[in-house]
Amino acid sequence: MGKIFETPLYAYEKSADQSADNPARHPVIVIGAGPVGLAAAVDLAQADIPVVVVDDNDKVSSGSRAICFAKRPLEILDRLGCGQVMVDKGVIWNTGKVFFDEHQVFQFDLQPDGVHQRPAFINLQQYYLEQYLVERLRVLQAEGKPIEIRGRNKVTALEQTDDHVSLTLETPDGPYQIKADWVIACDGANSPVRSMMQLDFDGRVFEDNFLIADVVMEAQFPAERWFWFDPPFNRNQSALLHKQPDGVWRIDLQLGWDIDKEKEKRPENVIPRLKAMLGEDAKFELEWVSIYTFQCRRMEKFRHNRVLFAGDSAHQVSPFGARGANSGFQDTDNLCWKLKLVIEGKASEKLLDSYDIERVYGAEENILNSTRSTDFITPKSDISKVFRNAVLDLSAKYEFARPLVNSGRLSVPCIYDTSPLNGENEDGFPANLRPGASAIDAPLKDGWLLEKLGGCFQLLTIDAYAPNTIDVDGIMIERLALDKTDSLATRYLGNNASAVYLMRPDQHVVARWTTFDEEKIREALNRAIARI
Amino acid sequence: MLITTPNLTPADEFYETLLAAHEDLSQEQSVAFNARLVLVLANHIGDLTILSEALDVVEETAKPAE
Repeated sequence: MGKIFETPLYAYEKSADQSADNPARHPVIVIGAGPVGLAAAVDLAQADIPVVVVDDNDKVSSGSRAICFAKRPLEILDRLGCGQVMVDKGVIWNTGKVFFDEHQVFQFDLQPDGVHQRPAFINLQQYYLEQYLVERLRVLQAEGKPIEIRGRNKVTALEQTDDHVSLTLETPDGPYQIKADWVIACDGANSPVRSMMQLDFDGRVFEDNFLIADVVMEAQFPAERWFWFDPPFNRNQSALLHKQPDGVWRIDLQLGWDIDKEKEKRPENVIPRLKAMLGEDAKFELEWVSIYTFQCRRMEKFRHNRVLFAGDSAHQVSPFGARGANSGFQDTDNLCWKLKLVIEGKASEKLLDSYDIERVYGAEENILNSTRSTDFITPKSDISKVFRNAVLDLSAKYEFARPLVNSGRLSVPCIYDTSPLNGENEDGFPANLRPGASAIDAPLKDGWLLEKLGGCFQLLTIDAYAPNTIDVDGIMIERLALDKTDSLATRYLGNNASAVYLMRPDQHVVARWTTFDEEKIREALNRAIARI
Repeated sequence: MLITTPNLTPADEFYETLLAAHEDLSQEQSVAFNARLVLVLANHIGDLTILSEALDVVEETAKPAE
């Protein structure tokens, strides 16, 4: 473990709030400086909403933890101004291979449909992701944006009234109080805020243990996701291999339920397991070892009046599918523009209920997928194991069985099909960009489509007329006029000759038509901010 | 719609072929064989509605547990 884990990244400094006679009041306080809390803070500050992040720690998280970051979260990080640094450092991958016993049964390509700016996935240690987000936060501070981070500020009490939230924070200089109009609780799966508010977090517990070992080694494996069912080196269990930056490899071995966790974590027990997999002569160093179990569960509601839960504090899934941290970024992406409109008085609080509706829908999708993967990977009865092995036996030779192999349904952006914010959908367009879907990137003459989308409501027109701006009772819609290209035709037009897409600030589609009609656009905009 | 009237001719030959396929298999191998068979046939049918109807027929005719 190197310097990054020991040096405070956001060291404690006494704030003026601590000596104030009356508790200072802030528009938004984010609790938790993990990936999700930092993303929320950067998103709000970029939009000029003052935000304070508090965390009981002052360093990056220990160990690599979340490592797989999917295309959509990378696009969100692009919008937050720090996607490129992640991609530059990360290990890019698009391919997964599945092995059963001693043989590969098949492989899949997660990005089969041509050119995109971002890959299907990068692998990057969570501590780098946190470091880059804090660096981005510092850049915003230097630019004069209203953002602050307070290390070693531990929330010990929280009280909510109709018009604000009061927090008590414990610091090295003693406790102090602070008030917030809104609180975003990003304090992780064991969320102290959730406990203080006595809210339930129910779901399904899976009786299985997994050993994570990060090892540093010179190895020739490609940058791909390799998954084994019942390999010779871990009989009757599964295994997973991922490449990370800096010559670090993530090895994940299923251990079963009845084990002694402390014993299994000791190097003298871990190293023989790794040698069985990597070979007796393999030279490696252990960087981080952890044993985890998991649950699939969520809070019943993510909005509790002025306290909004995002990330692991609101929902938890098994790691198969990389749907944990990746869905947390989709939470804050969904929440921040809504909160901004509410704070600015341009939308009513009702808009925040759509955060709950849309992201509960997303969480349900993630829980469903990750539960199904887990049932396939760790069969819970004799007959479910018989069927699992039947699928694997057939899949090596017969293509039809391969879609049934479930080593994790990897994170893809959620389409909010049931959202009350969605508007009209004319016929003839590609189904995967229907209202509720997030924009699909496309190459343009001067860069990428997603670079031009987001931050405000926009009319994306392709070979269609529209005015450059439309003011809908204080909310501006800006036009992004594009000429048809082959990839825009495939991804945005389908069978139509022209298109007018109304896009949300989070790059999701509100509604789409073939031609401009101002009345329809006004109505769709009003629906998209819960005015009607 | 799941066909529940006779549709398999010649029935006796199919039945004989099915038993022959299992002839040298242990109980465990037979269970695995049947599982693969279900998957092959399910893919051929390829229609979740019909497969659900088939599951209903099978459930309906199950003997109660002793």
